Amino acid sequence: MNSKVKLDDLNVHFGGTHAVKGVTIDFPANSVTAIIGPSGCGKSTVLRAINRMHDMTPGARVSGRILLDETDIYGRGVDPVAIRRRIGMVFQKPNPFPAMSIHDNVIAGYKLNGRMRRDEADEIVETSLQRVALWDEVKDRLKSNAMELSGGQQQRLCIARTIAVRPDVILMDEPASALDPISTLKIEELIEELKERYTIIIVTHNMQQAARVSDVTAFFYLGELIECDVTKKIFTTPDRKQTEDYITGRFG
Amino acid sequence: MNVMTSIDRSAAEQRNTMRSLPLRNTKNTIMTLLMGGALLAVLFPLGLIFVHIVKMGLSAISLDFFLHIPRPTGEVGGGMANGMVGSMVLIAMASLMGIPVGIFGAIYLSEYGGSRISTVIRFCADVLSGIPSIITGMVVYSMLVVPMKGFSALAGAFALALIMIPIVLRTTEEQLKMVPTSLREASLALGVPLWRTTLKVTLRSALTGVMTGILLAIARIAGETAPLLFTALGNQFWSSKLTQPIAALPLQIFSFAIAPYDDWHRLAWAGALVLVVTMFALSLTARYFGRSGHKN
Repeated sequence: MNSKVKLDDLNVHFGGTHAVKGVTIDFPANSVTAIIGPSGCGKSTVLRAINRMHDMTPGARVSGRILLDETDIYGRGVDPVAIRRRIGMVFQKPNPFPAMSIHDNVIAGYKLNGRMRRDEADEIVETSLQRVALWDEVKDRLKSNAMELSGGQQQRLCIARTIAVRPDVILMDEPASALDPISTLKIEELIEELKERYTIIIVTHNMQQAARVSDVTAFFYLGELIECDVTKKIFTTPDRKQTEDYITGRFG
Repeated sequence: MNVMTSIDRSAAEQRNTMRSLPLRNTKNTIMTLLMGGALLAVLFPLGLIFVHIVKMGLSAISLDFFLHIPRPTGEVGGGMANGMVGSMVLIAMASLMGIPVGIFGAIYLSEYGGSRISTVIRFCADVLSGIPSIITGMVVYSMLVVPMKGFSALAGAFALALIMIPIVLRTTEEQLKMVPTSLREASLALGVPLWRTTLKVTLRSALTGVMTGILLAIARIAGETAPLLFTALGNQFWSSKLTQPIAALPLQIFSFAIAPYDDWHRLAWAGALVLVVTMFALSLTARYFGRSGHKN
């Protein structure tokens, strides 16, 4: 499998804390990579580095390289805004824009960047919502406020909003941890379908989820990458003892 | 042993509580009465002022008051039309100067600024809002009126803007800080630049609260007299240029109230009524905005 995103000796510091320590890893294209590990192991920090979200955090320092199709996204003259258009992100808690309708939330990436043609907008709204299997549920009330949707629907709306701007990579930061089991299942099915078009990197606390949805799993511990391999191998015969201990629930 | 004593003690406490129940009830009644008294003590002067202004103002107010400018000394009648329009002009100009500075300053503090410079700016804003308004007037007098060789609407508006800035700045900053980070990140993650995110997502979400702050600032400057005394000066007639002295309602109230004519006193009361009702309406509107903002 050819890789889409490559981390090369990635380090992240917050003030005096060394949160991510020399991580080198390949994320294969059109597949799902799960990042697992106990709380505070740096998995969300790694994820947020991939679309330069740390630019906003005072005191955060990122070093090393992150390659997206061979371009270093931290390289000189690279515009973080352009990077974020190619690398979308879905957050832990559904965060639709509260002042916008369902329709406008889907095309928020365009609307906030300027105006767009009406027919073009409608088409993007329909295809994006269909792709996240939300179209049939909301097609009659596209003008109502997005906050009226259930948590699971809101999260699928956020995924629709992310894919509407046609990114190459989708980062997901525990996208189902705030949802009930049925909504979780829907999100997981969705991830399975989305990987045909996108490269997906998902951080999860839930090991069963990682086993169900991912092709590759990376195990992080205390800011270091311990092991990264095909998911099946990680969950059956991991090479490292720490991985095995974590998978079998002996710590974490 | 320990368990025993703790049970004994709690039983004793319970007996104590039972015995002191009437006493506590009496205390409760006394305190309630005291609080009620405090409430009356606050409401009574407020009611007194309001009733007095309405009583004195209503008898003096007429259509003429809104349509005419003051008559020459000795003639009965006339109104404060120029004062009301002048106040509106001053408030509009002060808002044009003060609100953008306040809002953009708040955006800087909340979205862009480093922590050290923000602390300094915040401190300066607090000091600025604590400066007596007569001193603001004095400073503007020496900064604008003296070099421009004349009192002017411009100088008056500038003095009022100086009073508005810290109010708008601090309320806007508080409102921006209440916008959850997750909304900013949602927008940034869609490839929206920070400045667009700030204007279209962060400021947009805080808009009702920001409006409340602006209205409160306007209500505050609408009644300011001291900073206008030696900047806008006041005017018995209409002014046609912003570089001329301009009439303002509070200034007219001041000069009419201290004049030795009964008819002028009546006009001053009418002016006071108009001013108080306007400020009342502004505060109510601000509250309405504030409340509808909290619902969202």
